[in-house]
Amino acid sequence: MNAKRYDKLATGLLYTIAGIVVLILLLLLGFIIIRGLPQLSWSFLTTPSRAFTAGGGIGIQLFNSIYLLILTMLISMPIALGASIYLNEYAKPGKVTSIIRTMIEILSSLPSVVVGLFGFLLFVVQFGLSFSILSGALALTVFNLPLLTRSIEDALKSISNDQRNGGLALGISKWETVTKIILPAAVPSIVSGLILSAGRVFGEAAALIYTAGQSAPALNFANWNPFDIDSPLNPMRPAETLAVHIWKINSEGIMPDSSAVSAGAAAVLIIVVLIFNLLARWIGRLLFKRLTAGS
Amino acid sequence: MQTKDRYIQQFDETQEMALTTKNLHIYYGDFEAISEADLQIPRFKITALIGASGSGKSTFLRSLNRMNDNVADVKGEIWYRDLNLNSKEIDVYAMRRQIGMVFQRPNPFPKSIYENITFALERHGITDKKELAERVETSLKQAALWEEVKDKLNQSALALSGGQAQRLCIARAIALQPDILLLDEPASALDPISTAQLEETLVNLKQHYTIVIVTHNLPQAARISDYTAHFSQGKVIEFNNTKETFTDPKVKLTNDYISGDFG
Ligand SMILES: Nc1ncnc2c1ncn2[C@@H]1O[C@H](COP(=O)(O)OP(=O)(O)O)[C@@H](O)[C@H]1O
Ligand SMILES: [Mg+2]
Repeated sequence: MNAKRYDKLATGLLYTIAGIVVLILLLLLGFIIIRGLPQLSWSFLTTPSRAFTAGGGIGIQLFNSIYLLILTMLISMPIALGASIYLNEYAKPGKVTSIIRTMIEILSSLPSVVVGLFGFLLFVVQFGLSFSILSGALALTVFNLPLLTRSIEDALKSISNDQRNGGLALGISKWETVTKIILPAAVPSIVSGLILSAGRVFGEAAALIYTAGQSAPALNFANWNPFDIDSPLNPMRPAETLAVHIWKINSEGIMPDSSAVSAGAAAVLIIVVLIFNLLARWIGRLLFKRLTAGS
Repeated sequence: MQTKDRYIQQFDETQEMALTTKNLHIYYGDFEAISEADLQIPRFKITALIGASGSGKSTFLRSLNRMNDNVADVKGEIWYRDLNLNSKEIDVYAMRRQIGMVFQRPNPFPKSIYENITFALERHGITDKKELAERVETSLKQAALWEEVKDKLNQSALALSGGQAQRLCIARAIALQPDILLLDEPASALDPISTAQLEETLVNLKQHYTIVIVTHNLPQAARISDYTAHFSQGKVIEFNNTKETFTDPKVKLTNDYISGDFG
């Protein structure tokens, strides 16, 4: 066989494989969205769920998911940022650094169920935080931290060493070179990484079942005092999220319209995750333009 | 007459020196990259460092403002005024304000043209708006870039051409009003026209600055430098005024190098 034909064949094969991947994704998305879309309505998105009768919504679960996501990001972002700056800019290659890296790697490959059980034992039982948003946020932090650290580290790594030399050669300290030159230059890809990991956190169920809990007590959306038990902001209340809700109605839902609720909730979940993905690209590109164009 | 193995021109005491290196040895691990590079670099002159790839020019240059800290092990003395720069007591950040460096690849920061210059000034405590604006203008003029960018100072520096970006990097360095400017093959990524502009800029700058430039471009060294040091395998084997180096080299290896005879 001559080189040209061989090349054509190989290219064709690669196209086919890529096509299959796209097809699977489209089928999956199409199936979930087409099944779920008819259920979606404003009241579905905003009313509380019902356990025994039809017509319940996902309002509280949706709010819980978003609140949990924000808390998780608030906790994990500073830690991941510090860790990745240390690893990429300061750590000297050696035993300690490689041990840290290995630990992060192991942490990132732990199944989320295991993270959830660990969170249950440590946060819920040991720390006495009970089934609560806070327990859930801490478990999600454990789940999120390794990948977020990795993605910020990659963002920092992608900034050329010429930039670091440029800062140092002007007599600027290492810390300022990192925080004022390298970090801003990396912001677009950091933000992309952040949003992508937000998508992962938003869709996570297994880590939350035994930490944030499986119940969604009624909330009083007029009460924003975080210390009140019916306040949406109270971090110590149990909080079933959207992903956990889907898992739960599929395994033990007894409301008559459980399959419709589950389809609708799944569609919302997928749409939100999709929005996160698109947002990641768009904001990343926008920020890059903004930041590199000066002020 | 190429009879010597090594020829280093000595200066008389009236010549003012910007930098003097003594007993300099530079190691990467066990590998000795610089073994014999005792040089006197005269003030307000352009000194060119030439020599084959891997002969240690960059290693030498980067040691002069301690950019080799944490990379290489530098032994010996580097005298700047009455200070040995290669000692622990030196505040490297303050020192680099006096001894700036421009690199092979232009490396403007992803900020505006204006901010590229004011950034380091602000970090060094110059915050007066008027003074900053003046320094931006003066340094861009000295770097022969002012006319091209004066109407777009707030645009991204990343949009500049390679030659403009490199001149911005020079402007950024001289805005700090250093004594000495170290340049490592600053024109190697530039086209011939940009290179010519850069050379003109450097020649004008030597009224105010001492310039040390590494270059692979021998005609360039001959055109712009006053003194030339030829590096070979970690040693300076010839140092002389540029005219004599290129017309009457004293060392055979130098003659081979400048005539392109590497045999
Ligand atoms: N960071 C480094 N680590 C180890 N060896 C290096 C490093 N940088 C340069 N070298 C070695 O030191 C020698 C001199 O390199 P360099 O100073 O870059 O030469 P030149 O600039 O003259 O081409 C070369 O043999 C090179 O391989
Ligand atoms: Mg070099």
